[in-house]
Amino acid sequence: MAAVLPGSPATTAARGGGLRRFVRRKSTLAFLMTLPLILLIGGLVIYPAFYSIHLATLNKSMERFVGFGNFQFLFNRDLFWMVVKQSVIFAVTAVVFKALIGFCVAHFVHNVPAKGQRKWRGMLLIPWVIPPAMSTLAWFWLFDPSYSAFNWLFARMGLPTITWLGDPYWARFSVILVNVWYGAPFFLIMYLAALKSVPEQLYEAAAIDGANWWQKIWYVTLPMMRNIISITVLFSLIVTFANFDIVRILTSGGPIDQTHIFATWAFKLGIEGNDIPLGASVSLFMFPILAIAAFFILRDINRRGNEA
Amino acid sequence: MSRRTFTRRRFIATTAAASAAAVGFPYIRTSYAAGSLSVGFWDHWVPGANDVLTKICNDWAKKEKVDLKIDYITSQGNKIVLTAQAEAQAKSGHDFMTFQAWDPLDKHALLEPMDDIVGHLTKVNGAMDPAAQYLTKGKDGHFVGVPAVTGTQVKPPCARLDLFKKVGVDILEMYPTLKAPTKAAEHWNWDTLLTAAQKLKAEGHPIGLGLGQTTDSVDWVGALFASFGAEVVNAKGDITIKNNDAVKQVLEYMQKLTKVMPEDVFAWDDASNNKYIISGQGSMIMNPPSAYAVAKRDNPKVAEHLYTFEMPKGPKGRFAPYLPFIWGVWKFSKNKAAAKSLLSTIWEKSNVEKLVNGSIGYDIPSFASQRHFKVWEQIEPPKGAVFHYPPKADQKIWMACSPAPVAIANQMYVQGFMTKLIAQCTQGGMSIAQAIDWGAKELEGYQRS
Repeated sequence: MAAVLPGSPATTAARGGGLRRFVRRKSTLAFLMTLPLILLIGGLVIYPAFYSIHLATLNKSMERFVGFGNFQFLFNRDLFWMVVKQSVIFAVTAVVFKALIGFCVAHFVHNVPAKGQRKWRGMLLIPWVIPPAMSTLAWFWLFDPSYSAFNWLFARMGLPTITWLGDPYWARFSVILVNVWYGAPFFLIMYLAALKSVPEQLYEAAAIDGANWWQKIWYVTLPMMRNIISITVLFSLIVTFANFDIVRILTSGGPIDQTHIFATWAFKLGIEGNDIPLGASVSLFMFPILAIAAFFILRDINRRGNEA
Repeated sequence: MSRRTFTRRRFIATTAAASAAAVGFPYIRTSYAAGSLSVGFWDHWVPGANDVLTKICNDWAKKEKVDLKIDYITSQGNKIVLTAQAEAQAKSGHDFMTFQAWDPLDKHALLEPMDDIVGHLTKVNGAMDPAAQYLTKGKDGHFVGVPAVTGTQVKPPCARLDLFKKVGVDILEMYPTLKAPTKAAEHWNWDTLLTAAQKLKAEGHPIGLGLGQTTDSVDWVGALFASFGAEVVNAKGDITIKNNDAVKQVLEYMQKLTKVMPEDVFAWDDASNNKYIISGQGSMIMNPPSAYAVAKRDNPKVAEHLYTFEMPKGPKGRFAPYLPFIWGVWKFSKNKAAAKSLLSTIWEKSNVEKLVNGSIGYDIPSFASQRHFKVWEQIEPPKGAVFHYPPKADQKIWMACSPAPVAIANQMYVQGFMTKLIAQCTQGGMSIAQAIDWGAKELEGYQRS
């Protein structure tokens, strides 16, 4: 083979070819196509996340490094632990009900004849497509302390009225109810898509084996939907834990702080209370809880994937 | 457009020369303000109030050859707080900004001293209200803000004349139309209110005083505590809630009062009390005249019985719940002198009167000498509806949570400490002693620095 001298046309051609091959490589192309999103996430998620970690290590006036001092302070506050408890109650209860309602309604919709199904799907998705700030305002009027439409109905029916947002327990119920109303359609659509992908032959085989309705659900539907259920639960858990707008609009965390969740309390401390480092520390506390949940759920999905 | 540099040195020199004339504001007549100026004002509730402010500012800009840009920022959803926080973090934004009450002292290191402006205003108008000084004067003795004319308010009772008369309380006898309060007003105290409230509940028109965590609730409760002398944190920052008879008295009083108010007052926000009185269901709220103004539009039959007058008196006196906005100039501003010049212009007495008129009497200047404008006589029906709205001699203007050091008071205020303390021993099922223990622990947390 003849030697190729540096700078010769052959070398340049080889280099050009290499670059072309590099650009044409699937992984390079994929990287380039995802680059805008990576930059967006880097700028709007990763940078703020690291910045909030930095903020959480400063003192109140943001002039001094205090390490874990803010967390130490929070761990000694009763209110912090109340917020932790409330956030868990809020997120877990809401996600369980969203999943249950989504699962049941998905079955109903799945059984509606194809002709009318689109209408039902469209209607049932409405709560999810309305901006939550707007729909929550409508709920606020329904729960209005003095002029609640629900209470008006109750009074007409001779039932006692309820202080929806004024009583701590009813206020917790109300914020969870609105979150379920808003989030259930997401589960519905995901489960509906999963149901449609379950091969009909499996149900036929189960029927031949004499399986009843419940056994078909338990032994066919649920195992086939396990991964999608895990992913939707994980995704919804993250979003519900980080919820802000529903609680902020309905109760602002009251009465007596009994509906505060991480995001609303972080806002109260950080923005309204001029204590940005403490607010950042509260909001960061969500991270370990969600990371643990994500670890177990994703590990489970991976295991099942490997088994398959 | 030619742009001249307006240095601080030149500003001070011209100011000093103009001061000698002792006519009007010194900064204006000899001002050389040039360049551009970006201002963030609070977006007023009262329709048309922003237009008056815009005209004053534009006239000034034209005269001073300043390229002026005004943004009206709403306080809905705390947008004005978020804007100030973002600008403080970025050290960039408006030159001249409207701050919520606690912000200027919290951000004092980022704000331009205002001693010259406050000094001048005090010389012209007399002493500034102590509550305004509390929120604008730093520990080092320097002022970092000036109370805003627009949006600064007090929240005295706004009550139904007809319903109160029915239960034996003649408000007009105590606070006559367009006249100073009579001797009968001496008997307008918290006990009188409680007796009336019990009767009004029986009549089916309970009074409605918010006990939520928003400003309307926190402000009146702050004045209630002050009128009993119930100081939970003193000016030095010491927690004084324990073994405090005055605090116990307030809580005992509120245990009785909450029984005759709607159950949902604990969930009220700043709109709830307005809706309550406008609907005709309620007999009294504590609010600026915005509720009355909306009632005039939406329910005139109710509005013609609404009358605004002084706060009930407590053992330590009569305290008007005060909530100011504060104007300040960022240190990073590139045109501080122009910002101060504009601020001085707005505070000229003729302009203050225009602004108060534009707000239909909603705005309360923070100088007692500027609380006698005609607008408060002219608004009706009923005649003299808001004549007694601007606090006069008998009432002390009071910022809730004072005299605690501002860093602690800020936490107490935004977390609705005093309303929560009341809620704990009424709705929350705690005894007064338990509520006080809870309060002491909460206050310890607010002392963090």
